[in-house]
Amino acid sequence: MIYCKSGGCTAKLGAGALSRILSKLDKNMDPHVLVGFDSHDDGAIYQINDRQAIISTLDFFPPMIEDPYLFGQVAATNALSDIYAMGGKPLTALNIVCFPGNLDLNELGKILEGGNAKVLEAGATLVGGHSIVDEDIKYGLSVTGIVDVDKILRNDTIQRGDVLFLTKKLGTGIIMASKQVGDADPLAVKEALSSMTTLNDTLLKQIPFEWIHACTDVTGFGFYVHLDEMLHGQYTAIVDGSALPFFSDCKRCVDSFYLTAAAQNNRNYLGDRIRFEVNDFFTEEIGFDAQTSGGLLFSVSKEHAEQVRQLLPCWQVAEIVEKTDDSIIVR
Amino acid sequence: MKQIDARKKACPLPVVMAKEAMETEEQVQALVDNFIAVQNIEKMARVKGYLCSYAAQGEGYAVILSKSQELPKPESKPLASCSCTSDYVVVINKEGMGQGDPLLSRKLLSAFFFALTKQDLLPSVILFYNQGAYYTCEGSPLLEDLKVLEEKGVRILTCGTCLDFYGLKEKLVIGGVSNMYEIVETMAAAGKVVEP
Repeated sequence: MIYCKSGGCTAKLGAGALSRILSKLDKNMDPHVLVGFDSHDDGAIYQINDRQAIISTLDFFPPMIEDPYLFGQVAATNALSDIYAMGGKPLTALNIVCFPGNLDLNELGKILEGGNAKVLEAGATLVGGHSIVDEDIKYGLSVTGIVDVDKILRNDTIQRGDVLFLTKKLGTGIIMASKQVGDADPLAVKEALSSMTTLNDTLLKQIPFEWIHACTDVTGFGFYVHLDEMLHGQYTAIVDGSALPFFSDCKRCVDSFYLTAAAQNNRNYLGDRIRFEVNDFFTEEIGFDAQTSGGLLFSVSKEHAEQVRQLLPCWQVAEIVEKTDDSIIVR
Repeated sequence: MKQIDARKKACPLPVVMAKEAMETEEQVQALVDNFIAVQNIEKMARVKGYLCSYAAQGEGYAVILSKSQELPKPESKPLASCSCTSDYVVVINKEGMGQGDPLLSRKLLSAFFFALTKQDLLPSVILFYNQGAYYTCEGSPLLEDLKVLEEKGVRILTCGTCLDFYGLKEKLVIGGVSNMYEIVETMAAAGKVVEP
């Protein structure tokens, strides 16, 4: 498989560049659109009747690993994640494929098989797709899901005093970068791949909807950028830097400066909105590392924190306080 | 000084190559082809306690790392002075774009710069002189776009005489200060000069 220059979500356009263009597009004001792109949420939501709404989302990217089947699984897990991040259930999926004309079609077959395995695991159905010839491989899914209108999880509904939990470890970008320079720890790669192919479908199975104030998936940009998105300029988050979970070997990789361009883009995007009270380069990098198929980041009020820890494997990483000059303070 | 060429290398190779070179050297000059690689090397220098400076060279940057107190600044060789055929230079020498209503002229210039940031082929240098000098100073409506352009490797130069004349010397916030020799050379070497 052709190794891509910047695989997975590290290939994503910077958040800053994107919102500047999006803000210039004309919008149609349809009252059925409950969540559109102006709220920078994970997917779009369209109400279809009194009770239910449809969630639409799509995600695709170039390979970050050589194994086509695994790449297919990662890309599909990542695409399905947006539905879970909004509280929905995936119904149907369409393949999005870019594939070079001169490559072995069996490779593509394995990618699609890997993707389909995850669609099936999610209880959804693959119903079609679109393929074009392109210089590099890219693959992903457009997914449609369904959600009850009174059970939508949003990313901009955080409350003061909330505590935030993260359901997957950080460091997929760092581990894949170490692989790219040929200095990866096979165990860490295995750990990262297993995380990237784990569906984000357990949150609402374990935690009552009413407890969750806000939710997003940490995928595409880094943890700090997604956290900043959730604060939507209204609150400040205090991050416990020592509580951030990460894959084994990440520390060695950061010590070796296996740093991605995407992480630096994330750092540039947040600029001085984030302040580090700890002088620890690793804590900075792990939070800026662009995640591919990362976990869910959700907030609950303090009174439920203890129960959440017992019900769901997750890490308590931050707390919401009144807005200060900084958007994020890392301690 | 040891030279390493990390151009056309995907991240994280440039920063890794620079770090490895510094393990045995006092000073290293690294060539990279994008500004993010410069920033990644700067981060590494901060952690390792090296001094770091950089300058635009050709289509990329030269970064110098140093363990000692002495930190030479790499020679600045803008793209305009190399023989690139697709090369162009943008000149801003008045308040706004074209001639007519001042409000419209300023609006047009803002739109011009936004569109410029979206071009596949970017200018190597943008020259600001005469009233154009206001646009690289505090309060300029173009700063956000200029920042994007600078990050993509476009050199931004403002005429020093003009900054002096308009009393803007302390207010320059983006790019470097230039002189008439450099302005003449840059324009003469350019494939074409675009004046909106």
